[in-house]
Amino acid sequence: MTDRTPAETEHAEHAGHHEVGHIVSVKFLFATCAALLVLTMLTVAAAQVDFTKYGLPEMNIVVALAIAVVKASLVCLFFMHLFWDRPINAYIIIVALAFVGIFIAFAMTDTFEYRADQQQYERVELKGGDSKDVQTKLLELQTP
Amino acid sequence: MSIYGDSTKASSGTNYLTHTRGFLSWALTLDHKRIGVMYLVSVLTAFFFAGMAAMALRLELIAPGEWFLSQDNYNQMFTVHGALMVFLVLIPAVPAAMGNFVLPIMLGAKDVAFPRLNLFSYWLWVTGALFFVLALLTGGLDTGWTFYTPYSIEGDDHMSGAMGGVIPALTGAFVLGFSSIFTGLNFIVTIHRLRPPGMTWFRMPLFLWAIYATAIIQVMATPILGITLALLIVERAFGIGIFNPALGGDPVLYQHFFWFYSHPAVYIMILPGMGIISELISVHSHKHIFGYRFIAFSSVAIAIFGFLVWGHHMFTSGQSPLMNIMFSAITFSVSIPSAIKVFNWLATLYKGSISLNTPMLYALSFLFIFTIGGLTGLHLGTLATDIHLHDTYFVVAHFHYVMMGSAMIAMFGGLHHWWPKITGRMYNETLGRIACGLVFFGFNATFFTQFILGSKGMPRRYADYSAELMGAENFEIFHFWHFWSTIGSFVMALGFFLMLGYLVHSMFKGRQAPDNPWGGGSLEWQCSSPPPHDNFSEPPTVGDCYDYSMLEWDEKIQGYHRREEAATSGE
Ligand SMILES: [Cu+2]
Repeated sequence: MTDRTPAETEHAEHAGHHEVGHIVSVKFLFATCAALLVLTMLTVAAAQVDFTKYGLPEMNIVVALAIAVVKASLVCLFFMHLFWDRPINAYIIIVALAFVGIFIAFAMTDTFEYRADQQQYERVELKGGDSKDVQTKLLELQTP
Repeated sequence: MSIYGDSTKASSGTNYLTHTRGFLSWALTLDHKRIGVMYLVSVLTAFFFAGMAAMALRLELIAPGEWFLSQDNYNQMFTVHGALMVFLVLIPAVPAAMGNFVLPIMLGAKDVAFPRLNLFSYWLWVTGALFFVLALLTGGLDTGWTFYTPYSIEGDDHMSGAMGGVIPALTGAFVLGFSSIFTGLNFIVTIHRLRPPGMTWFRMPLFLWAIYATAIIQVMATPILGITLALLIVERAFGIGIFNPALGGDPVLYQHFFWFYSHPAVYIMILPGMGIISELISVHSHKHIFGYRFIAFSSVAIAIFGFLVWGHHMFTSGQSPLMNIMFSAITFSVSIPSAIKVFNWLATLYKGSISLNTPMLYALSFLFIFTIGGLTGLHLGTLATDIHLHDTYFVVAHFHYVMMGSAMIAMFGGLHHWWPKITGRMYNETLGRIACGLVFFGFNATFFTQFILGSKGMPRRYADYSAELMGAENFEIFHFWHFWSTIGSFVMALGFFLMLGYLVHSMFKGRQAPDNPWGGGSLEWQCSSPPPHDNFSEPPTVGDCYDYSMLEWDEKIQGYHRREEAATSGE
C-alpha cells in the first residue's frame, strides 16, 4: 500500500497547472501574533476597569467582546489566509456565521419568551410542597 | 469505443476486487471503491443489529403485559435501536457507502479528492461503533437516541448506575459526527475540483447534486452536534450546570441545541436517497429526467430550509408560543421543494418505457411511502393537531415512513441498481422482486397500523398496554393494531433475510454482469463491471447523462451497449 493513489498521481501529472496557495512572510505572521498578544493584554486591562462608576454596568462585556471580534478577524484574515483567498471562502465563513446568528437569535428569543412561565413556576416551588402540589398550584394561578 | 458493452473485458483483466489481495490491502486501502464496500458491509451489519433490537420491541408488543422484556430493558432496547439506526446506519448509509463507490466514477475521476481522509473517516466510523459497544458493556443507556436532558443527566450518581453507558454513547456519537464531517468535506472538494472537462454543474447526475447538498449540511450542521454532546459530557462528568435546572441550566436549551443539528440531519438521511431515486426513475423509465434544474435546486433549497425548522420537535416541550408559530409556519415551507421532487419524478414516469426491475420496484415503493410520510408530516407541523398526536405512535409511524420507508428503501434500491457494478454479478431478479414485495407490504403493515394506533392515543415508548393501564376499551383497539404491526414487522424481516440470501448467493453463483445492465447513461455504466482499480484508463466522454437515445439492448450480452453509428460520431 505504499504506491500513490490515483488522485495523487493525477495531481502530480498536472502539478504545473496547479496554483500554489498564497505564501505569507514569517515577519508578517509574527506581527499578527504580536497584535493578538497586545489585544489580549488590552482585554485584561479593560477587565480591571469598573464601569459601574460611570453608570455603564454592562460595558465590560461589550468591550471584551469587541476586542475578541477584532482578534478573531485577525486570525481569519491573516492566519487563515482569507484576506488573499478567493471570495468564495469568505462567503462560506459569513454564511456559517449567519447560521450561528440564526441559532442564537431563535434560541434566545425563545428563552426570553418563556422566562415568565419559568419564574412563576420557581416562585410557586419556592413556597414549598412536593412537585404534585406545584402542578395544582400553577393551574390555580393560571385559571382566572 | 470498446468501453461500451464489452463484457469480456472484466473477466480478462484485473478489477478493483482482484487488484491486490489480503486483509491489509482492504483495511488500509485508499481506493474509494473498497472503502465504499467496507462501509456497505459495516453499515449493513449495524442495520442487522439495530433491526434485531426493533424485532425485540415488536415481539414485546405483540401481547399485553411485560412478557418478554422488562420496562428497563424495553427502554434500553429502543435507545439502542434508535441510536444505531440513526448514527451508524442512516447517516452514513447512502453518502458514505453508496456515495463513496459511485461518486468518483460518476465524475469520471480516479478517486475522491482526499483518499487518506476517506480511509480515516471509515476508521472513525468503526471507532464510533466500538464506543456504542462500550456503552452497552458499561451499563447501557435508556435516554432514547436523542439523549434528552434530564434523562441523560439523571442517575444514582453521575458516573455509574443504570446510566453508565451515557458518556461512552455520547463519545461514540461525537466521533461518528467527525466521520460524517470528513466524508462531506471530501465530497464537496471532489465535486468542485475533479469534475471532468465538459461536465458543468448542470450536466452532473442528480445523485451528485443530492450528495453535494447533503455534504453542505454535514459540514455545516454536524459541528453543532459535537458542541451539544461535548456540553452534555461536561455537565455529566463535572456537574457544570448547562442543561440541568438543579444546577441552574435549561433543559429546553438542550432541545434547541440538539434539534439544530438533528433536523438538518434528517435531510442528511433523506436527501441522498432522493438523489438515488432521481437516477432510478429516469434509468428504469428509459426517459430523460423531467425538470432537471428544479430537482437540482430543490435539493439545495431543502438543505437551506432544513436549518430553520428545528423547533417543530419542541412544540410541547415548553417552547414559547411565539417560536411555536414561527417554526410551524417555516416547516410548511419545506414541503414545497419536497413536493417539487415528487411531481418531477411522476412527470418522468409519464409515458416512459418502464422496466419493473427490482431497483425500479424500490423506487416506486419510495414514491408511495414517501408521499404518505410527507403528508402525515403536515398533521404534526400543525400546532393544534400536534398537541393531540405528539409522543404517540403517529409520530413513530411518520418518521419510520420517512426514514425506514424512504431513506432505507432508496438505499436498497441503489444497492440493487449498483450491485452489478459493485460485484460484477447479477442477482436473481425474481427473488429480488419477491423480497421487495415482502419489504413493501411488511413495512406498510408494520407502520400504517401505527398511524391508527397513534391517532387512537397509544403513547410511544410504552412497554405495555394492558387493560389496567389503558382501560378495557382502549386495550381492545391497541391490542388489535399492535398485533398486526408485529406480524408486519416479521414479514419485512423475512424480505430482508431473503435479500441477504440471494445477494450473497449472487456473489458466488451469479451470472456475470454486463457493463450496463439497466441502460444507464451516467459515467459509471461506461466502465466495466466491476470497475478496474483506477476506474478509467482514459478520461471518458461526457454527454447528457439522461439521454438514452444512444443506447440499445444487446441480447448477446444481456445488457445495453451504445449504437455503433452514435458512438463514432460522439457527442
Ligand atoms: Cu424535524
